[in-house]
Amino acid sequence: MALTVVSQIFPREMIPAVLPLIEDKLQHSKEIIRRKAVLALYKFHLIAPNQVQHIHIKFRKALCDRDVGVMAASLHIYFRMIKENSSGYKDLTGSFVTILKQVVGGKLPVDFNYHSVPAPWLQIQLLRILGLLGKDDQRTSELMYDVLDESLRRAELNHNVTYAILFECVHTVYSIYPKSELLEKAAKCIGRFVLSPKINLKYLGLKALTYVIQQDPTLALQHQMTIIECLDHPDPIIKRETLELLYRITNAQNITVIVQKMLEYLQQSKEEYIIVNLVGKIAELAEKYAPDNAWFIQTMNAVFSVGGDVMHPDIPNNFLRLLAEGFDDETENQQLRLYAVQSYLTLLDAENVFYPQKFLQVMSWVLGEYSYLLDEETPEEVITKLYKLLMNDSVSSETKAWLLAAVTKLTPQAHSSNIVERLIQEFTISLDTCMRQHAFELKHLRENVELMKSLLPVDKSCEDMVVDASLSFLDGFVAEELSQGAAPYKPHHQRQEEKLSQEKVLNFEPYGLSFSSSGFTGRQSPAGISLGSDISGNSAETGLKETNSLKLEGIKKLWGKEGYLPKKEGKTGDETEVPPVPQESIIMENVDQTIIKKDQSQVLTQSKEEKEKQLLASSLFVGLGTESTINLLGKADTVSHKFRRKSKVKETKSGETTSAQNMPCSYFSSSSDVTYEDDYYLDTLQDRGDKELNKFSLNSELLDSESLTELPSVEKLSSCTLSTPSLFTDDMEGLHSPSSTAASVANEISLASSLLEETSEHMHSDLVEVCNNETISVSSYKIWKDDCLLVVWSVSNKSGLELKSADLEISSAENFKITEQPGCCLPVIETESIKTFQYSVQMEKPFTEGNLFGFINYQMMDTHSVQLEFSVNLSLLDFIRPLKISTENFGKLWLSFANDVKQNVKMSESQAALPSALKTLQQKLRLHVVEIIGNEGLLACQLLPSVPCLLHFRVHGDVLALWFRSSCSTLPDYLLYQCQKVVEGS
Amino acid sequence: MIKFFLMVNKQGQTRLSKYYEHVEINKRTLLETEVIRSCLSRSNEQCSFIEFKDFKLIYRQYAALFIVVGVNDTENEMAIYEFIHNFVEVLDEYFSRVIMFNLDKVHIILDEMVLNGCIVETNRARILAPLLILDKMSES
Repeated sequence: MALTVVSQIFPREMIPAVLPLIEDKLQHSKEIIRRKAVLALYKFHLIAPNQVQHIHIKFRKALCDRDVGVMAASLHIYFRMIKENSSGYKDLTGSFVTILKQVVGGKLPVDFNYHSVPAPWLQIQLLRILGLLGKDDQRTSELMYDVLDESLRRAELNHNVTYAILFECVHTVYSIYPKSELLEKAAKCIGRFVLSPKINLKYLGLKALTYVIQQDPTLALQHQMTIIECLDHPDPIIKRETLELLYRITNAQNITVIVQKMLEYLQQSKEEYIIVNLVGKIAELAEKYAPDNAWFIQTMNAVFSVGGDVMHPDIPNNFLRLLAEGFDDETENQQLRLYAVQSYLTLLDAENVFYPQKFLQVMSWVLGEYSYLLDEETPEEVITKLYKLLMNDSVSSETKAWLLAAVTKLTPQAHSSNIVERLIQEFTISLDTCMRQHAFELKHLRENVELMKSLLPVDKSCEDMVVDASLSFLDGFVAEELSQGAAPYKPHHQRQEEKLSQEKVLNFEPYGLSFSSSGFTGRQSPAGISLGSDISGNSAETGLKETNSLKLEGIKKLWGKEGYLPKKEGKTGDETEVPPVPQESIIMENVDQTIIKKDQSQVLTQSKEEKEKQLLASSLFVGLGTESTINLLGKADTVSHKFRRKSKVKETKSGETTSAQNMPCSYFSSSSDVTYEDDYYLDTLQDRGDKELNKFSLNSELLDSESLTELPSVEKLSSCTLSTPSLFTDDMEGLHSPSSTAASVANEISLASSLLEETSEHMHSDLVEVCNNETISVSSYKIWKDDCLLVVWSVSNKSGLELKSADLEISSAENFKITEQPGCCLPVIETESIKTFQYSVQMEKPFTEGNLFGFINYQMMDTHSVQLEFSVNLSLLDFIRPLKISTENFGKLWLSFANDVKQNVKMSESQAALPSALKTLQQKLRLHVVEIIGNEGLLACQLLPSVPCLLHFRVHGDVLALWFRSSCSTLPDYLLYQCQKVVEGS
Repeated sequence: MIKFFLMVNKQGQTRLSKYYEHVEINKRTLLETEVIRSCLSRSNEQCSFIEFKDFKLIYRQYAALFIVVGVNDTENEMAIYEFIHNFVEVLDEYFSRVIMFNLDKVHIILDEMVLNGCIVETNRARILAPLLILDKMSES
């Protein structure tokens, strides 16, 4: 009984105390006790897998227990462990197969039978495990073919539970490495399911079909008619399952029909979850396979009107991006946009129809951007329509903001503008501050037509406005203020800091040391101010914040404009208004009442300038908002769904596929014989020595002793690790002594090894062969120099012939700047010699992974020229270098960076202490440790050429709290990922 | 993975509920009513599996009693469907027809059969063994 309780509710902290007791129980003579003990261990495994790691051997014993119940209980643990890591348990496949064979063969006691089927749930569990084990693994899969075949054969009885087993069988057959006979049988089973009159079986069949169809679409053809029947089935669940199936087989030809069916279902269904789900799928399909513009727009219209406000915000955003960025073909873009505008106008014409807010937002954006494409309707008419919507009470204020933005965009194109004036009157007295703000902006803009036109260009939605987010133009004012005796502005955290230090003697805040030591005595850096004004914006304009964050992409340009606008006004010197100096200080005071002492006169002006203050505050905030919006967009670009027809965003995909090709290239070519291998080793060794010499002359700046320890850990290309050079050479000599060239070779070896020892202080990767044929082999390795990445290709001529006009070329890649180092072109490669080519690579824009392609051309004595292609994989990590800065500078930098990412990472047991965690980070990611304070640490690194990234981390038990900041938006995310990998992986 | 196990009567009252995944108490009632409503609305000809939000419901009706099991989508629906029947058979054997007044014992039985969302025992004799020992102890 106690064991049952243990396996149900149990706190993680108590495991160590109870564990030995339970381990004892594993040997108990009663099988029920043993079973319960295993189950209790399973619970432990669930809540704290690392605490039971040491008793895995006991699980194995449980698996081989003579009692079936105990064995069955241990299966749960194995299922879980195999799911996490299938490769570690391949050796158990045989046992599982034997067990299943026994079960299927009816070797179990009779009381395990359920309706004369032997232990059906046990079978299902076993089948699942086998499915996991055999996935993509031919050898393991082969072991199970027999038993699967038998299961399929045995489960012929007409009972529900046998169908369950069959279903699981089919599932397994299709997950493991395929075998045609089994597939055939499984397909037959599915056929039986689908055709069955029993509704539950039909459902099961459809589900199986959905799974199978991804591997074998032809099966769907066989069951065409049944699928169609199911589509019109009275049971909505069956219908839905069928749609799911169709979704998997959608292609450019059948898209219209399938989406049609989906929309029909959508219109009937009421449940929110289903709508959200289905709408997402339709939108995805429509983007992928849309046959023509009209259809696409209409489908999206339907999606928006049905999906309404519950759908995922990505959908309208993606749609708008598609419209804005367009395809390769410009005329098609225009047509698409024109069609969208027209269809929206007709929709808006309809009386008494209510559209969801999101749909209205999409409409207003499209109309605002692309109404100029219309011939017959003037902007005035469009504005009139928007105005009507604005006056509608059912429209939310967020949507109104969108609408007003559209009107603002259209105003410069309109000639007469009575409506706009009316609109301004209407909304400058609006209760909603946000709307009032917009209206004022519009009003000011209208007073200066030239500015307006330059700010609201036609069809430029994709081009980001340049906004001075750091507000550098305010520097002058600030300096002036300072000279007048005003206290310098201090950012929020520092103020807190000071407050705290006044209150307490001891300060436990995370940045206590770094911040107070950095001491903000001088003028605050511009970015600091914008950070502070962000806070002021937050407090003053929470309403604004809401709309801003919600708008994301669609409105981005608008915000840019608005952020820009008031500043412009300030610059051009609107004479009637007081210059913005005091406003700025008022904002400071607003956020910083505890510290800043104001001049009396400025306090007097405060009431007068209430409105300007608001305007400025929001504009400051808006400027910042724009920046962050752009960042968000940048991120979305890399992760979100790519449109099929768009050419812009292909680079990542192509990179992935080629890196896969790289894999099979191993260090040795399997065909070559031993002596060749020897030769090759020697060649590469010597070649390496050469290279190191070169490098010495090139790179006089030696890395410090830290890098020495890093050397072994940075071996990313691990196909063949050379242990220590001396050991290696010993080996070689042993191998090579009988060969004829022993003497000369020995010389070379000693030379090479001495060189190697000398130069191993540099960080470099191992030599990896990238391509070869019978006469030539090309290897490459990376040298992580301080200022760039050096990729070295060495070409060795293995044949006894001279190679003429050998030429290595590296094709230019999108993300890299490649510079050739001297001595790259060789007219002749002599017999059995090695030549090296060096290229320094610089990253032009951050990316996570990319490939460098190149080829080598050479000519043999008598034959025509041969070309060999190769590629090298480069990751962002190759461009990360330690950044050596002081704690003080760290504090300063930390404040100036806007992009930050926080995450908690669980550490593996082996490194649950700060020093070891630090060491791993330092070694594997090449981070520089700035300072360690108690259980916190500061690290810094830079992305070449000079993008810094800072990391603060703190250890709580086995959890590592990471906090990255950088001026580049993608860098923290990437580094976080790498850190996670390092910390969790080892 | 089994997420929850419900026994409900036709009037929509919950007789027994057991969760294998944390759900807040006040959300449970809401979830239960929704689940029951969707089960009751279905006829005999319709299939016993319902896709409900991000998981699946499998239900079986025994006279006035509904047993509903919520599972995640990796679970084999038919296996659960038969498991419900297995559970009812066990109850049948132990209680000999009068079921609903010994809920504590039903809980014990269920705990023997399902643990942490996994089916751990289906052998009738073994499920009932601890319960019978308990009974014997209380008698003596």
